Amino acid sequence: MKNGHTSDSDSARASSGRASRRPPRRERYSALQLVSKGLSGGDWPRVWEHRDLERRYDVVIIGGGLHGLATAYYLAAHHGIRNVAVLDKGYLGGGGSGRNTAILRSNYLTPEGVRFYDRSLKLYEDLAGELNFNVMFSQRGHLTLAHNDGALRTMRWRAEVNKLQGIDSEVIGPDEIKRLVPRLDTSDEARYPILGALYHPPGGIIRHDAVVWGYARAAGRLGVHLHQNTEVTGIDVQNGSVTGVRTNRGTIAAGTVVNCTAGWSTLISDMAGVDMPVTTSPLQAAVTEPVKPFLDTVVVSGTLHVYVSQTDRGELVFGASVDPFTSYSTRGSLEFVEGLASNVLKLMPSLSKMRLLRQWAGLCDMTPDYSPIMGATPVQGFFVDVGWGTYGFKAGPVAGEAMAEHIATDRVPEIIAPFGLDRFETGRLVGEKGAAAVGH
Amino acid sequence: MIQIPCPWCGPRNVTEFHHYGPSATRPSVADTTVEGWHRYLYFRANPLGPVEESWYHAAGCRRFVAVVRDTHSNQITPAEGAER
Ligand SMILES: Cc1cc2nc3c(=O)[nH]c(=O)nc-3n(C[C@H](O)[C@H](O)[C@H](O)COP(=O)(O)OP(=O)(O)OC[C@H]3O[C@@H](n4cnc5c(N)ncnc54)[C@H](O)[C@@H]3O)c2cc1C
Ligand SMILES: [Zn+2]
Repeated sequence: MKNGHTSDSDSARASSGRASRRPPRRERYSALQLVSKGLSGGDWPRVWEHRDLERRYDVVIIGGGLHGLATAYYLAAHHGIRNVAVLDKGYLGGGGSGRNTAILRSNYLTPEGVRFYDRSLKLYEDLAGELNFNVMFSQRGHLTLAHNDGALRTMRWRAEVNKLQGIDSEVIGPDEIKRLVPRLDTSDEARYPILGALYHPPGGIIRHDAVVWGYARAAGRLGVHLHQNTEVTGIDVQNGSVTGVRTNRGTIAAGTVVNCTAGWSTLISDMAGVDMPVTTSPLQAAVTEPVKPFLDTVVVSGTLHVYVSQTDRGELVFGASVDPFTSYSTRGSLEFVEGLASNVLKLMPSLSKMRLLRQWAGLCDMTPDYSPIMGATPVQGFFVDVGWGTYGFKAGPVAGEAMAEHIATDRVPEIIAPFGLDRFETGRLVGEKGAAAVGH
Repeated sequence: MIQIPCPWCGPRNVTEFHHYGPSATRPSVADTTVEGWHRYLYFRANPLGPVEESWYHAAGCRRFVAVVRDTHSNQITPAEGAER
């Protein structure tokens, strides 16, 4: 997907009479292969095949981010459903999946949420092996700071809910925080003194692009068709059942259509006539120039609306809360970097000479309870996997696994049962704002 | 920078305002259903393109301002019939 991408697919297209597709490459990645190609200067071929767009698939998945790709992969790998297409209007991973700050954790607030995200973390722990792709998951520990009594109380509450589910999560005091993150200003003089923190050792960060590419490669090998630059412009529904999608490349028939379009998801559901309690807001992030490693945990401050981690390359990655209004614009703002810088310096004054390299934004599909929406809709065959807000990257594996099972068996797996669209009509919300508004 | 044309204070930075979004009509408690009430609470249109919405000028005149904003470009114009 990196080098030779265009030329590879172009030549495949040009040379294809129809049957003369290149034979699929079944290379397995390994340390040995890395060394030998490193020494010989060997070429790394494109990892998934270009396929022609068929006029019919069993399952059409809209959105080639992590959620769409994971759903496709588990449909093929676990359930043998391989006549599947993933359509993306841009490129794979061009949405939130390529723009997030890659924090993984499971220390949420509700029992339903904790159980769900914990399953995802377990899948992430084995993902590199499962996909034969190095996803660089670093379980470096995750700290959520409390600067006031209210926050400390929420941390204690979360720690208890977490422990009941067997999750490693505890409240620690300023001394231990200082030991874990010496650069933090834990003194009483700080503008927002640090009273304690929720410490979650299995949390950490991952190489988000690698997760996307790993699922794409694995799904492609199982026969899933991945179509970029394929925009869905309409959804055909007859007698209450979905019959296919319309795209900029023609109509595709399908009895099952899955909406995995995150920030754009209400536009897709609107095409099927399905209302969703979702609004779209931008979330911004920024990265500094690289410096020597000094920070080996993820630090989040809800009060200051900021979080920070250090990448393997040494850059500091900063994130915040969503922009305080709805919008589909991914333009960054000066207000964001100003607020971010001033808040980061309240936590770590010694960073005042660091320079920002870049800032960017992605679209987040926000729900009223900060929990996702997964499952069937009033339109037969039209499924949604949306409402991922600012926290959905960590959920990709479990959501894909459960959505695939749901689609293949027509039964709702217990792990996603609390997250149905119908909860907004019955009022059974899964309130995660206290654990997901800033910490993602 | 996004500016909001406040009819009382002139164009001001968006950070002075709270976003309230499109206004929804509150159903009468006497004859709405539980589902109807939940729809009122949680469901909002989320269009790509122009929306008519209100902003509250919290750090200014503390009045509500009606505008039309394109959610793609964030271009803002005063709403039709807005005061002054
Ligand atoms: C700055 C930022 C930081 C974040 N940090 C974290 C974090 O630390 N941890 C975490 O867990 N989550 C985080 N998130 C959230 C996370 O990125 C998302 O929840 C997640 O990536 C959603 O994945 P997805 O596959 O559902 O959607 P996306 O990756 O957004 O993919 C949706 C795809 O749908 C495609 N699409 C849209 N409309 C159409 C159409 N009409 N036809 C065809 N295709 C279409 C888009 O091109 C896009 O590729 C963050 C998000 C942002 C923006
Ligand atoms: Zn004003």
